[in-house]
Amino acid sequence: MEATLSSDHPFSDHPSSDNAPLLELNDLRVGFDTPDGEVQAVRGIRLALHARETLAVVGESGSGKSQTMMAAMGLLAKNGRASGSVRYRGREILGLKAAALNEVRGAKIGMIFQEPMTSLDPLYTIGNQIAEPLTRHLRLSGRAARQRAVELLTLVGIPDPARRLEAYPHELSGGQRQRVMIAMALAAEPDVLIADEPTTALDVTVQAQIIDLLRTLQQRFGMGIVFITHDLGLARHFADRVAVMRHGLVVEEGPASEVLTTPKAEYTRMLLAAEPTGTKAPPPADAPIVLEARRLNVTFRIGGGLLAGPPLVIHAVNNVSVTLREGQTIGIVGESGSGKSTLGRALIRLIEAQGDIRLFGEPANALDTQSLRALRRQVQIVFQDPFGSLSPRMTVGEIITEGLRVHAPHLDRRARERLAVQALEDVSLDPGLRNRYPHEFSGGQRQRIAIARAVILKPRVLVLDEPTSALDRSVQKDIVELLRRLQGEHGLSYLFISHDLSVVRALSDWIMVMRAGQVVEAGPTDEVFRAPAAAYTRELIAAAFGLSDTPVAPAAPDLPRGVALG
Amino acid sequence: MTAPADGAAVRPSLTPAAPPPVAKGRSLWSDAWRRLTANRAAVVSAVYLVVMTFACLVGPLVTGHDYTTIYTDYVRVPPSLTPYPKQDQIAGALEDVVKRMRVDLVDWSEQDGRVSVTVRSARAVDPRVLRYLERSPSFIDPRIESTEPDGLSMTMSAAVARHYFLFGTDNTGRDLLTRTLIAGRVSLAIGLLAGLTAVLIGVTYGAASGFLGGRVDDVMMRFVDILYSLPFIFLVIMLVVFFGRNFVLMFIAVGAVQWLDMARIVRGQALSIRRQEYVQAATAMGVSPAGILWRHVVPNTLGPVAVYMTLLVPQVILLESFLSYLGLGVQEPLTSWGVLIAQGSKNIPSANWLLIFPSLFLTSTLFALNFLGDGLRDALDPKDR
Repeated sequence: MEATLSSDHPFSDHPSSDNAPLLELNDLRVGFDTPDGEVQAVRGIRLALHARETLAVVGESGSGKSQTMMAAMGLLAKNGRASGSVRYRGREILGLKAAALNEVRGAKIGMIFQEPMTSLDPLYTIGNQIAEPLTRHLRLSGRAARQRAVELLTLVGIPDPARRLEAYPHELSGGQRQRVMIAMALAAEPDVLIADEPTTALDVTVQAQIIDLLRTLQQRFGMGIVFITHDLGLARHFADRVAVMRHGLVVEEGPASEVLTTPKAEYTRMLLAAEPTGTKAPPPADAPIVLEARRLNVTFRIGGGLLAGPPLVIHAVNNVSVTLREGQTIGIVGESGSGKSTLGRALIRLIEAQGDIRLFGEPANALDTQSLRALRRQVQIVFQDPFGSLSPRMTVGEIITEGLRVHAPHLDRRARERLAVQALEDVSLDPGLRNRYPHEFSGGQRQRIAIARAVILKPRVLVLDEPTSALDRSVQKDIVELLRRLQGEHGLSYLFISHDLSVVRALSDWIMVMRAGQVVEAGPTDEVFRAPAAAYTRELIAAAFGLSDTPVAPAAPDLPRGVALG
Repeated sequence: MTAPADGAAVRPSLTPAAPPPVAKGRSLWSDAWRRLTANRAAVVSAVYLVVMTFACLVGPLVTGHDYTTIYTDYVRVPPSLTPYPKQDQIAGALEDVVKRMRVDLVDWSEQDGRVSVTVRSARAVDPRVLRYLERSPSFIDPRIESTEPDGLSMTMSAAVARHYFLFGTDNTGRDLLTRTLIAGRVSLAIGLLAGLTAVLIGVTYGAASGFLGGRVDDVMMRFVDILYSLPFIFLVIMLVVFFGRNFVLMFIAVGAVQWLDMARIVRGQALSIRRQEYVQAATAMGVSPAGILWRHVVPNTLGPVAVYMTLLVPQVILLESFLSYLGLGVQEPLTSWGVLIAQGSKNIPSANWLLIFPSLFLTSTLFALNFLGDGLRDALDPKDR
């Protein structure tokens, strides 16, 4: 504490010039005490943020980019320890007591988190939540705080702000919630804004809006922004300087234009090249149809009942028709809530739907439970969340072989083991690991396990529900290549559901764009990307590639070298 | 690893003994057993429970007392490591016996654990007076050593019975150690069996209800609500009226009530589990509802179940003592820990050991159960260490 105060003076004598950094991290180290010993998350990094500057900290999950900022803000988990130095305008803030730290934290340094749903307290109106720091940090009266809250909401572009103050978080969309978070972070007019993956949980079009908003606000208030992201395209688009982190170290730092176009570090080059590339050729026109749906409708009824009145009816899928041929990959794209996942599940009859579904020429609607169960062997699904889709209390071996118990009950334990080993080798995982539990694997490995579980049954159709969305870019690329290889080896047909256009472009030969339960546009992938017919598709493509496309690795979709990769 | 781009591949294993890639398949149960045996507190607790159960089963046979035997000489004697009667009590006990013989005590002496007594009477001493000595709990093996020729005086000898009352005796002069152990049989049997029954029924019912969901869930839960609304005492009285008082009845009554909570807890868990993607994945694989219930839903509810069960057992043991107090549970001379504690609490000023020992047994058992329950919960969660 003594040292802190004395070090405060020399700096305060200086007029705040452009060279004096707002936030300065020096040899920052973060360690976590775990029962397995100490884990070093951040291993001595130097970073500096100046006024009016955007510093992007990029890296894959586990690189320590979030923990760096958490440590700087004194928000580490209980078993975390930070050493080194964090200076805000020359004042040491690392290791300050909570009361002293709060003069800086929230007041001078604002923070936005990734998940707008969980960062807002569901029990309080957003007006309450915005006003709280105002009354605490700025000592405003209740009325003044309210006034200010309205101003802030106007600032972040929320329509009808006075009325919105009374809204609860669940009444707002994801993008609006993130705007509210930004408003809260700006409430005390901070000099520094730390944004931890602020757009990752949002749809691409919303993401573009939020980035625009942050940029406008930065220009108006002259804040320094630390922008933590895994998305290099976003970093290039938004940041002045970029620091690439890996394993708790900064491997490369410099102006965004330099680092992301002429990277010096091998790792940065690898990250930049991780954009999925290649295209897929359509199957022969006479390939047999494996899955066909005509005028499919899925409606959900919410609430209702004897006393609650008529239920709320939601048309999640509205008159959608699909024809999937053997060896084909249909990409279904759309933003969250567009009904693409529901469609995928309805097609394999995980959800009841109205309409005509034919699997391998047989009508699937009329099947009884028994024959449907038999049919399931041929139609498998891989889910988005590799954490949620594997039962935490079963070993990987048990998970993979569960389907065999149903569809090949004559197999004994040993035969099942053998098939499990084969399936794991198929997805390039070490079969020796099959006695472990899912939580012992990384996200990419888990997704491989989920794929192994599906392919062990030798299905003909695989529904892939955002299988790469929860993964890092470099891992995504591996999964895309794995899926391509499996398709080639086993003649699989894929229904590939994703909001990530670059992955869809790399994998599918036919594309369906969905919005609000309806198909807005459908056609061969090249055509849709080259000349999108619907305005919504154009918007989607602009938002996705305007921000995240990488001019370095010219990802021209029709470049033939991509095919060689597959 | 053949997947280099998955970064650091497997993170440093989180399981305790970083198992090498073994050929043999592991399962939740064998792993849980391994983790449980690695948890020292749980193992100590389990051993303690086994010892306690064994003591309650075998102990009453080796204490040297029957739990119904009443020692009129030793009402409410304090616990002692030395045998009764004490040196100074022998005289009193002898005087008592001699008084009943209606003879006069002339002299007595003690040597090597045997007393020899010389009595005299105005009339001839009947040798059958020996029976009074025999009947006294303080003496055994009485013999007539010699009789005076006139028959008016007689010398008898008897061994001093050595009674150990390690826990003292109760208000009617019964050995507390034996009674505590006998009570343990009842309490443990009720606690574990009724608890286990409640868990089995509750988990099955709750998991099925939550997993099936919809209308089935509605009907099943309304049934639970109906049972909830029956007053417990009323239910017990009804059972007693129809079937008479019976030890088994208590299991039924307690079990019938306790599984309701469990069913609700498990149902809540199952409701959220059935929305998990791994359950959907299993459905997509064509696993039957029963298979999903058994392999996915039930194992994932076990954490809260293990914890709740450790709370349930004490609850059941206390419930039993409450029933016994109302005269609906175990009846004298049979007893249970709850009953003993209730009696002991009335005697705190005069004979605190009546409270101390049974409560010590009960609390230590519950303590061990709690540790074991915690250990079980940890062992059943592969993510935990």
